[in-house]
Amino acid sequence: MGYKSQEAVIRCDGIWKVFGARAKDAIKAVKSGQLSKADVRDKLDCVVGVRDASFSVGRGEIFCIMGLSGSGKSTLIRHINRLIEPTDGAVYIEGRNVNAMGAKELRQLRAEKIGMVFQSMALMPHRNVRDNVAFALEVRGVPEAKRHQVAREAIEAVELTGWDLKYPDELSGGMQQRVGLARAIAANPSILLMDEPFSALDPLIRYQLQGTFMQLSADLHKTTLFITHDLDEAIRIGDRIAIMKDGVLVQIGTPEEIVTNPADDYVADFVGGISKLDLVTAAKVMQPLEKYRQSNHVQDVGGWPVARPEDKLNTLVDLSVGTNHPVLVKDGDLDIGVVTKDALLRGIQGGGERHSGKRGAH
Amino acid sequence: MAEGQNFNWLDPFSSIDLGIAEHSDGIKQWAIEHREAIQPFKFFFDSLIQGIERGFLAVPPLVMLLILVVIAWQTAGRRTALYVAVALVVLGLLSPEAWPLAMTTLAIVVAAVILAVIIGLPLGIIAGKSDRFEAVLRPILDTMQTIPAFVYLVPVVMLIGIGNVAGVIVTIIFALAPLIRLTSLGIRSVNPSVVEAARAFGATPAQIMFKVELPMATPTIFAGLNQTIMLSLSMVVIASMISVRGLGNEVLRAMGRLDAGKAIVGGLGIVMLAIVLDRITQGLGRSGRDRGHRNWWQTGPIGLIVRLIDRK
Repeated sequence: MGYKSQEAVIRCDGIWKVFGARAKDAIKAVKSGQLSKADVRDKLDCVVGVRDASFSVGRGEIFCIMGLSGSGKSTLIRHINRLIEPTDGAVYIEGRNVNAMGAKELRQLRAEKIGMVFQSMALMPHRNVRDNVAFALEVRGVPEAKRHQVAREAIEAVELTGWDLKYPDELSGGMQQRVGLARAIAANPSILLMDEPFSALDPLIRYQLQGTFMQLSADLHKTTLFITHDLDEAIRIGDRIAIMKDGVLVQIGTPEEIVTNPADDYVADFVGGISKLDLVTAAKVMQPLEKYRQSNHVQDVGGWPVARPEDKLNTLVDLSVGTNHPVLVKDGDLDIGVVTKDALLRGIQGGGERHSGKRGAH
Repeated sequence: MAEGQNFNWLDPFSSIDLGIAEHSDGIKQWAIEHREAIQPFKFFFDSLIQGIERGFLAVPPLVMLLILVVIAWQTAGRRTALYVAVALVVLGLLSPEAWPLAMTTLAIVVAAVILAVIIGLPLGIIAGKSDRFEAVLRPILDTMQTIPAFVYLVPVVMLIGIGNVAGVIVTIIFALAPLIRLTSLGIRSVNPSVVEAARAFGATPAQIMFKVELPMATPTIFAGLNQTIMLSLSMVVIASMISVRGLGNEVLRAMGRLDAGKAIVGGLGIVMLAIVLDRITQGLGRSGRDRGHRNWWQTGPIGLIVRLIDRK
């Protein structure tokens, strides 16, 4: 596992966003450690929205930024297509500095390379579904027949076939967001920016749309930056997750890393309630076979259930039920570790690291 | 200024005289001096207004009535068309002269409203975009709306002379404000997240204006247009004081002769005209949702014709 990207499609380099007239002074003060966020607010009348955010997203990767409201995540995502200018730092898309682009070049980038989905849907009420979906093509001057054909395909991809000529206010919330999704993919951009796209929907519809999105994402293989305040959603969708708090990216890692190895108490509180069953692998909770043998004097492992190191706790539970033996972990033909019932239960509870050796990290 | 002995500190204003009225009277002199420069404009607008008036009067009343009813049907639906038809028949039956007088008044109103749109729509859009411009414009609009018409009647007449052009200008001064205000309001109340989405998909500022902001502001702008038309009609009696003909003039003359009957005929004529114009423009302002998301070529008489052609 572990997402190895050859190429950074999106790269954020030390992004700062400070709102207020004396923003530059505020950055200096915070950088040199003189003032805290509250001091900046009181003394300089500035609000720190994003503080020194650096990350990169590889081709085809889904990168989730998770944070509570007010953590600066929606501000951060708007820097990618420069809807917001950073106070300091720069954004590179496929190696090109977005902040150095002229107006025309920037518009071209937005129309051709980047699709965006908004929490508020932001559909145009005076345009029907087809014309909403084809908007990015229309501003680029694509001829009408071609526009309609592309729109039809995008509408089909989000399972809204037959609704082309309806207007947004005739659609339910979930359908409206499907239109938003179709609009974002219609111009066939290589990057998708998703700003809490499913947060305004009720849980069942949200789950369905997450499914649609993951299906689309697997088919189209787009580089995606996905903003959410819902950790379950981030874990379900993201290849990697960044946790954001008060404008700072606190931790960046795979869902498993974040859940099993939280960087601080804030992240730990967050991930505490998350089910580990489909996240944590056998490699994380096992102990080395030799160590187990020494303490338990067991020679014969023949009748034991066997798992691979990347199997999730859920699989281990299935294997453990109905036998008194621990689970043997095999990497290929090599016996490498043992997961006892105790370790498994602790792992489900979230305390798996106590037994995990040095093998966990990938 | 009477300085010194009898200056009363508790009532300072009665003993200070800055001579504002005398100075302001200079505007009259200024107007008279610049009369010549304004004559070409006056001639142009006068021929425009007369052209519209002659056009309206050249159409036989029954044909004109049918045209207006068809327009009402197209913009506001069948029920309103019926309403407009009744109002127009009542207008025609008020007196034998009522119809031509109403057409003259309609010509003045139409000319005033066309000019008001040409001036007001761009100003309203700029005001919707720029807080500073709106801040400057707002007191001017307040003044235009509240200052009694008689105050600017004299300078306008001195500058332009009596007649239709002065009447149209006086009408515009009074009736322009709501169109500018509501255009600005319409632009300002466009959902900012939709504008942001348009930017995110690479729209140019002009595309955002014409494809997003103006279409979404349209119902509000039409509400402003409706108010401008109504205010124009309410000016026709005052405009008739500077020799603008039409229904307003009837009311003014009837007042002079204490002829209540004639005043009622003229007044009701204005009311009927107001009803007709109000219903037609209110129909224009309905949002897409209210119309059941049908396009203009799918409704009204045009829709009927299109369907008939399709059937063949």
